[in-house]
Amino acid sequence: MAEVLHPVARYRDLAWLWIRAEVSYPTSFAMLVVGSMLINALDFVGIAIMFSSIDSLGGFGLREIALLYGATGIGIGVADTLIGSVERIGEFVRTGRLDQMLTKPVPLLVQVCADRFTLRRLGRITQATAVLVWALPVVDWTLSRVLVAAVMVLSASALFFGLFVLFSCVQFWTTDASEFANAFTYGGNTLTQYPLTVFPRELAIALTIVLPIAFVNWYPCLYLLGRSDPFGLPEWLQFCSPLAAAVVVAAALLVWRTGVRRYTSTGS
Amino acid sequence: MTAPPLIDVVDLERTFDVRRRVDGSRRRVRESVRAVHDLTFSVGAGEMIGYIGPNGAGKSTTIKMLTGILEPTGGHLRVAGLEPQRNRVELARRIGVVFGQRTTLWWDLPLQDSFDLLQKMYRIPTDRYRANLDRFVELLDLGDQLDTPVRQLSLGQRMRGDITAALLHDPEILYLDEPTIGLDVVSKGRLREFLRALNAERGTTLVLTTHDLQDIEALCDRVIVIDHGTAVFDGPLAGLHAQGGSTRTLVVDLVDEADPISVPGATVRRVEGPRQWLSFPADASAAPIVGAIAAAYDLADLSIQEPDIEDVIRQLYQSGDRA
Repeated sequence: MAEVLHPVARYRDLAWLWIRAEVSYPTSFAMLVVGSMLINALDFVGIAIMFSSIDSLGGFGLREIALLYGATGIGIGVADTLIGSVERIGEFVRTGRLDQMLTKPVPLLVQVCADRFTLRRLGRITQATAVLVWALPVVDWTLSRVLVAAVMVLSASALFFGLFVLFSCVQFWTTDASEFANAFTYGGNTLTQYPLTVFPRELAIALTIVLPIAFVNWYPCLYLLGRSDPFGLPEWLQFCSPLAAAVVVAAALLVWRTGVRRYTSTGS
Repeated sequence: MTAPPLIDVVDLERTFDVRRRVDGSRRRVRESVRAVHDLTFSVGAGEMIGYIGPNGAGKSTTIKMLTGILEPTGGHLRVAGLEPQRNRVELARRIGVVFGQRTTLWWDLPLQDSFDLLQKMYRIPTDRYRANLDRFVELLDLGDQLDTPVRQLSLGQRMRGDITAALLHDPEILYLDEPTIGLDVVSKGRLREFLRALNAERGTTLVLTTHDLQDIEALCDRVIVIDHGTAVFDGPLAGLHAQGGSTRTLVVDLVDEADPISVPGATVRRVEGPRQWLSFPADASAAPIVGAIAAAYDLADLSIQEPDIEDVIRQLYQSGDRA
């Protein structure tokens, strides 16, 4: 029963062994980390170059955009590092690996997420953190803003965690649809790198109530920057990120259970 | 009077909904297919069971239900007192599963790392893990392969690795699906010897699905034959031969061509020049037949062909149809 109660400990054990295996080839590990950092480093440079010919985008300056960019980057980076393997669920179904996992005394989600855990994905988190740190001076820091910033990073990670799981579950129904999940996870990341004011109001509302990725960074950042909502939406939304994260994670776990149930009752 | 059986299956049923294309139209209809039905058997602790049947008979479906991968749609099923699918995680600690064609090991990791991962998953105490690993590595001769990535192992080495992986946590039941497929004769022999010893020393219950009759002969006291989703035979192997009316074939090469040989206890099936094929019951001895032929003819050579499992089963169905 302890296994059921301590999925995090099981996850940690498994991830640790994958790290050990990964660093046993130090050269290839170092090259992959450096490569990943370089690719990610160039990502923000594109936005910075854009600002050599414009002063603001959607009413936001470069450092303000850096704040949005860093927050969503850390969020997806943490989620991708911890559970990125859930994208491979279709592969596990096709190869029969999922059957193997079902005969092991560890919750399936833990096994799937910990499979081939890699530190290589830390490149994204490092780069996003650097961008966020660079952006910090734009905020007029108070205690409550420090709190909201910390909660924002946690909620962003949880939101992307939920989105990864939620949309990867589609592969229980159509096993070859990992791109579908990417549209929402990485697509969501790309959308939230910009202030929502560059998009139509309808899209901003959809990203609040349909696919709530505006809570990843947009609403908490409005609070950090002391801005009123440009779309005239209620100010209390700026504190709702943990709630949105909880809803998405709960929905994801529910869909996951349904997916596993479907799998074990069709055997396909 | 006695403890309940380790595996208890009563009227087990599993249906699948499949969509089938109607001939000549784009419409697809849903229909229900019974993969397993009215399946009843029980297995006691320490038994070695051969679970056999033609492809598509429902073998894998049954194994998947017994291991908790697949949910039954009807009937009663208990393994080690547990409902497999509902208590999947708990059951997993008490069973070991080897799918012959698919490895449970991690392709890119050295064998040792795969075993270490399993120790973490099953939370095997370190001293017991060490003792088991040392023992299986020695018995299965894997010492030189521990640092080799699984993808570089030969099929035989990988299979031995998979069997070690399935046994590290001292399971009460070991399910083996085609464990000797693709192995050479020597490897097969060693593997069978290992499994026999495992059963004798630890009392591990074995459930074996295989197409190899020799696996069954070497290992199993009892055979369950499944066809069209239900058990058509459950008993000792000798009984299977008798009930199926299976025959062995004696191939005789005479020095000279001759009319069909007439000896008691055997019937000529085919004649081709000096070579004749005689069939006789699988449970009868070949010695008196060979003796009688040798007394009457000049023999150049002879050999005996064992009935293969498919033939035995085919004959079993045919005799069943006649009855």
